[in-house]
Parts: sequence; C-alpha cells; structure tokens
Amino acid sequence: MTAVHYFVEAENLSKRFKTKDGELTVFENANFGIHKGEFVCIIGHSGCGKSTIMNILAGLDGASDGALFMDMKEVGGPALERGVVFQNYSLLPWLSALKNVTFGVRARWPQWSREQVREHAYKYLQMVGLGDGAEERKPFELSGGMRQRVSIARAFAIEPKLLLLDEPFGALDALTRGNIQDELLKIWSETHQTVFMITHDVDEAILLADRILLMTNGPYARIAESVKVDIPRPRDRTTIIHDPGYYPIRNHLVDFLVMRSKELAGGPGAEREVKAETGKPDGYVRVFPAEVNPARDIEALPSEQAAQAANQ
Amino acid sequence: MLQSLNMRATVLAFAFLAVILGIWEMANQAPKAKEALTEYEILMGGADQEARVPPPSKVIGLAVEELSDPFYDKGPNDKGIGIQLGYSVYRVLSGYFMAAVIAIPIGFLIGMSPLMQKAMNPFIQVLRPISPLAWMPLALFIIKDSEASSIFVIFICSIWPMLINTAFGVANVRKDWLNVARTHELSPLRTAFTVILPAAAPTILTGMRISIGIAWLVIVAAEMLVGGTGIGYYVWNEWNNLDLTSVIFSILMIGIVGMLLDMALSGATRLVTYKE
Ligand SMILES: Nc1ncnc2c1ncn2[C@@H]1O[C@H](COP(=O)(O)OP(=O)(O)O)[C@@H](O)[C@H]1O
Ligand SMILES: [Mg+2]
Repeated sequence: MTAVHYFVEAENLSKRFKTKDGELTVFENANFGIHKGEFVCIIGHSGCGKSTIMNILAGLDGASDGALFMDMKEVGGPALERGVVFQNYSLLPWLSALKNVTFGVRARWPQWSREQVREHAYKYLQMVGLGDGAEERKPFELSGGMRQRVSIARAFAIEPKLLLLDEPFGALDALTRGNIQDELLKIWSETHQTVFMITHDVDEAILLADRILLMTNGPYARIAESVKVDIPRPRDRTTIIHDPGYYPIRNHLVDFLVMRSKELAGGPGAEREVKAETGKPDGYVRVFPAEVNPARDIEALPSEQAAQAANQ
Repeated sequence: MLQSLNMRATVLAFAFLAVILGIWEMANQAPKAKEALTEYEILMGGADQEARVPPPSKVIGLAVEELSDPFYDKGPNDKGIGIQLGYSVYRVLSGYFMAAVIAIPIGFLIGMSPLMQKAMNPFIQVLRPISPLAWMPLALFIIKDSEASSIFVIFICSIWPMLINTAFGVANVRKDWLNVARTHELSPLRTAFTVILPAAAPTILTGMRISIGIAWLVIVAAEMLVGGTGIGYYVWNEWNNLDLTSVIFSILMIGIVGMLLDMALSGATRLVTYKE
C-alpha cells in the first residue's frame, strides 16, 4: 500500500470548521489517490463531507491539516488544470450558453482568436448534445438538463488535467439523467480525462466509475473502502446489469450505505494505531481505504470482513 | 387581453385627467356678483380674480406659447423654459456623473473588502443623513461660485444611493459565480469586470436610478437658493412676479423632466437585468 504514486494524492487530509457550537471535524486523516485517466466516484450520505473534499481538491478551500498533491505538486489554490462542475450548475445567467463556454475557453487560451475560441466551445457544446440555436439561449431559457450539459461542456472544454463533478445529476429527472450520463461517458471515452465525481446514486457510480470510494457518515467521516468496478468498458446502461459483476458490486455498495456507513463512522483519532511507515519519521501513519473487488471476490462481501480490512 | 387592459387604462387615465381639469376649471370661475359687494370687498378692489389659482385653460395657453419657443433669451430675467430646464439638467447630470465616477469604484472597494466596509461605514453613516442643502453655505464659501456649488450639492446627494447600492450589489454576488472566476484563474481585475460588474449591475443601476430622482428633487431647491438660472430659480422668480400661471406650468415641466430622467435610468436598468 506504500510507494504507490497516484496522479492525485491526499495525504492525511483533515478539515475542521469553526462553528457556533465549537469545532466541527468533517473528516480527519483521509488518504486516497486517483490514477491518471481514472474515473473515480465517491459515495456517501448527505452531509458526510463530500463537497468539502471536492472544494479542497478544486483548491477553492484549504485543508485544515495534511496535504493534497496533483502531478507531484501541492495544490495551493484553484487552477485551470482542475475543472469543476458545480452542484447547482453555476452558469453565469447574463451570458448565453455558448458565451458561458467561451468564458472558460478564453481564460484557458487567452492567445486564441475569437473565431478559434468560438469553434472550440461550440465543438464541446455539440458533444453534450447542444447546438442548432440552443447555444444562443440564456440559462433561464434552458431546462435543468440543458444547463447541466452547458456546465459539463464548459468544464471539459478547458481540457483540465482533473475534472471534478459535484453531484452533477442530482437535480435531474431519471430520463434526463440517463441521457447525460451517456453523454458524459461518451465525452470521457474520447478525452480520457481524470475524473473525480460525487454522487449518491449507486447505479450511476457503477455505470461510470473505475473505482468507487465509500465515505462513512460524519462528523469524523472516513473514506472506508475503495471498491473496484471490475466491469469491462464500453459500458451501456441497458446491458451493464447483465454483467455478472454488477449485482455483487451493487449489493456491496447498498450494504455499505444502509448498514456500515453508520457503523464505520469514526471518532476522534479513530483507528490510528501507531504504525510507523518505512522511511518516514516515527508516528507517521497513513491509513488507506481497504481495497475490495466485489465482482471477483464474491465471497468477500460480508460487513465483518470489510470492517476488519478497513482497520488493518 | 393585455392590450385591452392597456386600452382601458388609457381611457380611464384620460377620464381622470378630464375630471381633474374640469373641477379645477370650475372651481376657478369668478363668482357672479349676486349681492352687492361689501365695503371691505370693494376696498380689496374686487381683486378676486388675481387671488385665485389660474385655471387650466390659462396654463395650457401659456404652455403652448412657451413650448412653441422654448429657447428664447431676452436677458437674465426672461429666458425660455427650455433654457432654464437645460441649465438644471446640465447641473444635475454633471454632479450626477461626477458622483458615479467616484461612488461606483469606492462602492466596489467596500463591497469586495470587509475591511474597507468596516472602515468606511462610520463616515457613510454620518455623512449620508445630511440634507444636501446644508452643504450649500460651505460649498459657496469654499468654491466661491454659485454654479459649481449647486453642482457640488447634486454631487453630494447623488453619491450615497449609488455608493450603498454598489457596495451591497458587489458584496452579494453569488459565491458560486466568484468560484467560477476563481477556478478559471481570472485576475482580480477581470473578475471585477466579467463577473462582479454584470452580476451587480442591476443593483448598481437601481442605486443610480434613486440618485437621479433625488438629484432632480434637490436641484430645484438649490437653484431657488442660489438663483441666477435654472428651473428652480425660474419658479421662484415667477412667484416673486406673482405669475402663478407660469409657476404651475413650470411645476408641470419639472414633473415631466423628472419622469424622463427616471425613464432613461429604468430603461438602462432593464438592459442589464438578467433572469435566473
Ligand atoms: N463553511 C462551512 N462552515 C461550517 N460547516 C460546514 C461548512 N461547509 C460544510 N460544513 C459542514 O460540513 C459537513 C459536510 O458538508 P458537505 O461537504 O457539504 O457534505 P456533502 O457534500 O457530503 O453533502 C456538513 O455537516 C456541513 O454542515
Ligand atoms: Mg454536497
């Protein structure tokens, strides 16, 4: 578990907020990584701290303790190499759909000509199924699904090294969500960007992700497990459920959300028995989430073992 | 349906106008001398007619006459209504734009920096409630020019709504939009111009609209005070001449110009307003 070099790596990341009732520790000593080109989802109950983690990944907010690295460099603030799709779209309402995308493109490539910027932006709008006049509309004239498409196009168009999506489909109806998931899959298979996405939809996570991080309830939330989604690509929403790995993974995730997310919730200093790592000063401990592959180890499902694995 | 509503409103408005003018005209008919005048009335010269508010017919007559040649200039005490209004509008706009040039950047600063907000707040709280005319003696003493002093008074009364609204609008720009600017690595200046300004523009323009309204109210009083030219001076001068027809006519013109100024600003506000 040591010496793995991730593209994005969180090292004993902690976040505490000062509130009226004292200090709130959202999570403490979180360790996880994302490989280049990997699509990682994080699942957890509402309020466990997923958006907080994402804000730190985006550089919008700083960690209280620990460090975050991308490409071997510490993340110190927001940057164009990390694109963000916000939970509530965050389009600029006074700009047309196209202008919202060119806004990002121009910031990314200031030396480009107006025409070049426009073309590039339009290409990405088309990739998410917008165009033919819809690009000239203002956000208030677009449906929720179309707004989210614009927001995704804006993030992909700047071709960031890491793409962060915060429950991008949370507010959409099932049909629209399905369509945009397909578009996201398509655009991702073309660009192979590194993606970190928050969701609370188990099926969505299985369809999209290479790996799913499971987050326990807060406060003192922990990233308890890293679940491999061992289902070949290209995946398709209608056929993926017939894959033999699908239900084992799904059951594992649901079991976690329903039962274990509460049981595994940490407390102050939880599960950090002193365990010196080689090459690091004494007392330096990094606990990574337990790695599980429910599609393979169909036996390794029960809560007991996973809980123990997390504590190893 | 909407069209018919507008139609009906127009018809009703004209009806109201007719009723108001009718009552006004009637109320001003000289009473027929039914009884012999008392000695007192005779002494007063039966000056009944003059003591009355002039009827609308006379005002309309004067309006037609004045508006057919609004820009004549026959010396300091006899200038066309257009020239007088022109002076007033010129003073209002000069003071107003000077105020905008100062209030909007400072408002930005206050809105963006909690430190500045706290440091400037006491000054704003003390200076804002001062009647703009109270500055007049000080302005006359320092500037030594009545024209510039009235412009200064307009400046000082226009500044507060613009300043406060700009600061409020800027401080309340959605955090999400600022985060969009941050994730796109926009410089502070580009953030100010491409995100904060358009986001706060409706609030800023609302402040500008309040300001122009106040400025137009204040200029009349300021010109009454310093005299010389302008619609305020004109009203006061006609009052001194006991020419009430002209007084009423200029009151109406003040209202109409004020409405036009407000319409201009509300049009501008509509241009920058966005729906979410
Ligand atoms: N700025 C903040 N100040 C204080 N508490 C916060 C702040 N942001 C988030 N929290 C708290 O941190 C916890 C995690 O929030 P969040 O990351 O938004 O959860 P999630 O995205 O998983 O639903 C919540 O209890 C929330 O109330
Ligand atoms: Mg959230």
